[in-house]
Amino acid sequence: MRGDLVLRVIAKLLIPFILVFGLYVQFHGDYGPGGGFQAGVIVAAAIIFHALIYGLPLTRRAVPEWVVELMVAAGILLYAGVGVATMLLGGNFLDYSVLAHEPVHGQHLGILLVELGVGITVTGVMLIIFYMFAGRSRSPHSES
Amino acid sequence: MNILDFINYWIAMFLLVTGLYIVIARGNLVKKLVGLSIFQTSVYLVYISPSKIIGGTAPIIVPGMSVYSNPLPHVLILTAIVVGVATIALGLAIVVRIHEAYGTIEEDEIHAQDQGTQ
Amino acid sequence: MISSNLPALQVVVPLIAAPVCVLLRRGTLTWLLAWLASWSAAAISIVLLIRVLDQGTISYALGGWLAPWGIEYRVDAVNAFVLVLVSLVGAVIVPYARTSIGAEIRSEQHYLFWTAYLLCLAGLLGVTITGDAFNVFVFLEVSSLATYILIAFGNDRRALVASYQYLIMGTIGATFIVIGVGLLYLMTGTLNLADIAQRISEMPVDRPLLAALAFLTVGISLKLALFPLHLWLPNAYAYAPSVSTAFLAATATKVAVYLLLRFTFTVFGKSHVFDDLPYGEILLALSIAAMFVASLVAIFQEDVKRMFAYSSVAQIGYITLGIGLANTSGLTGSIVHLFNHAVAKGAIFLLLGCVALRIGQPALSQMAGLAKRMPLTAAGLVVAGLSLIGVPGTVGFVSKWYLVMGALEKGWWWLAALVLLSSLLAVVYVWRVVEICYFREPSKDLATANEAPLSMLIPAWVFVIACVYFGLDATVTSETAATAAKTLLESLR
Repeated sequence: MRGDLVLRVIAKLLIPFILVFGLYVQFHGDYGPGGGFQAGVIVAAAIIFHALIYGLPLTRRAVPEWVVELMVAAGILLYAGVGVATMLLGGNFLDYSVLAHEPVHGQHLGILLVELGVGITVTGVMLIIFYMFAGRSRSPHSES
Repeated sequence: MNILDFINYWIAMFLLVTGLYIVIARGNLVKKLVGLSIFQTSVYLVYISPSKIIGGTAPIIVPGMSVYSNPLPHVLILTAIVVGVATIALGLAIVVRIHEAYGTIEEDEIHAQDQGTQ
Repeated sequence: MISSNLPALQVVVPLIAAPVCVLLRRGTLTWLLAWLASWSAAAISIVLLIRVLDQGTISYALGGWLAPWGIEYRVDAVNAFVLVLVSLVGAVIVPYARTSIGAEIRSEQHYLFWTAYLLCLAGLLGVTITGDAFNVFVFLEVSSLATYILIAFGNDRRALVASYQYLIMGTIGATFIVIGVGLLYLMTGTLNLADIAQRISEMPVDRPLLAALAFLTVGISLKLALFPLHLWLPNAYAYAPSVSTAFLAATATKVAVYLLLRFTFTVFGKSHVFDDLPYGEILLALSIAAMFVASLVAIFQEDVKRMFAYSSVAQIGYITLGIGLANTSGLTGSIVHLFNHAVAKGAIFLLLGCVALRIGQPALSQMAGLAKRMPLTAAGLVVAGLSLIGVPGTVGFVSKWYLVMGALEKGWWWLAALVLLSSLLAVVYVWRVVEICYFREPSKDLATANEAPLSMLIPAWVFVIACVYFGLDATVTSETAATAAKTLLESLR
């Protein structure tokens, strides 16, 4: 942790906007450029930014490692869960059309959920990579 | 046939061979991964550059546009980039472990240590 | 509903089980889940095989997007056979793995091992089942990345270096495959394998297509460890945990062989690849080199696992030999040898895992007197070893019979002679193991050792018995393989 006042204040101002921009990229993905991959990286970048300015221990308190591991798994499960749901509703795997009353709504809902899953997983993976490498020298056996 | 017509392929092949050379010629495990990354990146060009259509826009229907780029190669390469990131991350993770186990990331020193233990 | 979605479930079941393993974290629970997932995958694959043999090719449109545009899962006789092979090996290994990884991997990492294992299984099944060229690459990388992790779990620090080397070579291979697929896509404008095949048959085979074939061949050959691109294999197999070695030796290279078959025969077509180009001849030369060089190197190995890793390279030589022959008998031999070699090598590496449980990874001299202390393990090694040689009554004989037939059909009696001659080299290295195990006094490492627990011996012996059973009654395997070979030779042209 360093005492650079300017950096810390600016970081505090910027991080909420980065997160909101991440959400915009995430949920505007069906209409414009964007989607889960990009949004996930942006959100992860905000958190990594936090770690760079305020130090890793503080970030680990805010976003603990078990949460990150949960995100990795939960995102994939959301993705696959949509696929299983479509199969249960009588369609093929990931055939979003059966998700809602009419196919267009179903496609919307499906891609939204799937991209959300992608976003969560990508955030998780980026953070876990960061945590693994950044936390290495401090606790050599925390890596799994 | 002008040689510059295929400039994108020339660049891609140049990067490909550069990356491969680094992988083979360098003994430092991290530099090898850098080479591998360049090697993979060159392939992105092979896919992306032919799909660029001058004047084309993203394939979303908007009034006034009639030329669209083919989105498929971009999607494929998005996937390939993710695969590449995962590969490099895993590779670096293994290098970190190698460094902890051997105390070096130079290939010949690791080899020398292994010969010593046998 | 479930029955119409079987092709998707084949991949999705292990794929979903993997993140659930991360959530569960507890070693026993994840093991039970892996058991459930791999056994259901095996059941699904058997149902698919029966259905394919009964009704012909199954096509499944992922996401409801129809074939040339969407991703298609396409199951025919060839990949149904490989699916059964991979998922059955996976299913047999899971019950064995618990005790084995308990001894070889730290307990807090067990759930990660299972996650990697399930991802690897899902990736391998995905490569096999998909009918989409780019999807092949994605699943190949899913399985490869998981494979690197499975190898890096090894106790020895050399496992890390082996894993790193495999990562470098594997990624180069995969990237070559992407370039090949990219060139195919640029030339044909489609990624669906059947569609590509259709279009290639209607166009002249010019330079970009030949380049695509070359890139794909080299890339896939790296993955299947074709001599001389096998350099990653011996260390990776030798230092990986016993379970990983057995699983990879039995499945990963086999799936790569399937890819080679798929691209050469289905996509490019036999006439383009084997009649117009000296492709078969090159493959034959490399195969013969693999059979002899790798067998010779195997003879001089001290580490038993390394010895059998080199033997794997040699056995892969037999498989590619059949592909190089490119006639029905040769291909049948290749495909049936996929199964036979998987069974024999699976048995050997599982039994070596039993030895490793008692005395750590064995050097050959440490196995002296094994038969007195662990008679079942030693007997299993002998039977599986005989199968590697190709003694009548074991599975190895069946595949070599077809290979020799294939060579004779072409009138190449010298090739038949070479196959027999190289089998003699296998006799030498197998005999070294037998001699040490049976005719020496127990080494001091083995002085107090006894048989491994039944949970490990039974899965190992399942493979051993399969070696003999399918050697004596080869109708099921060889008829399926013959159907697959016909499918490949008749595709389009």
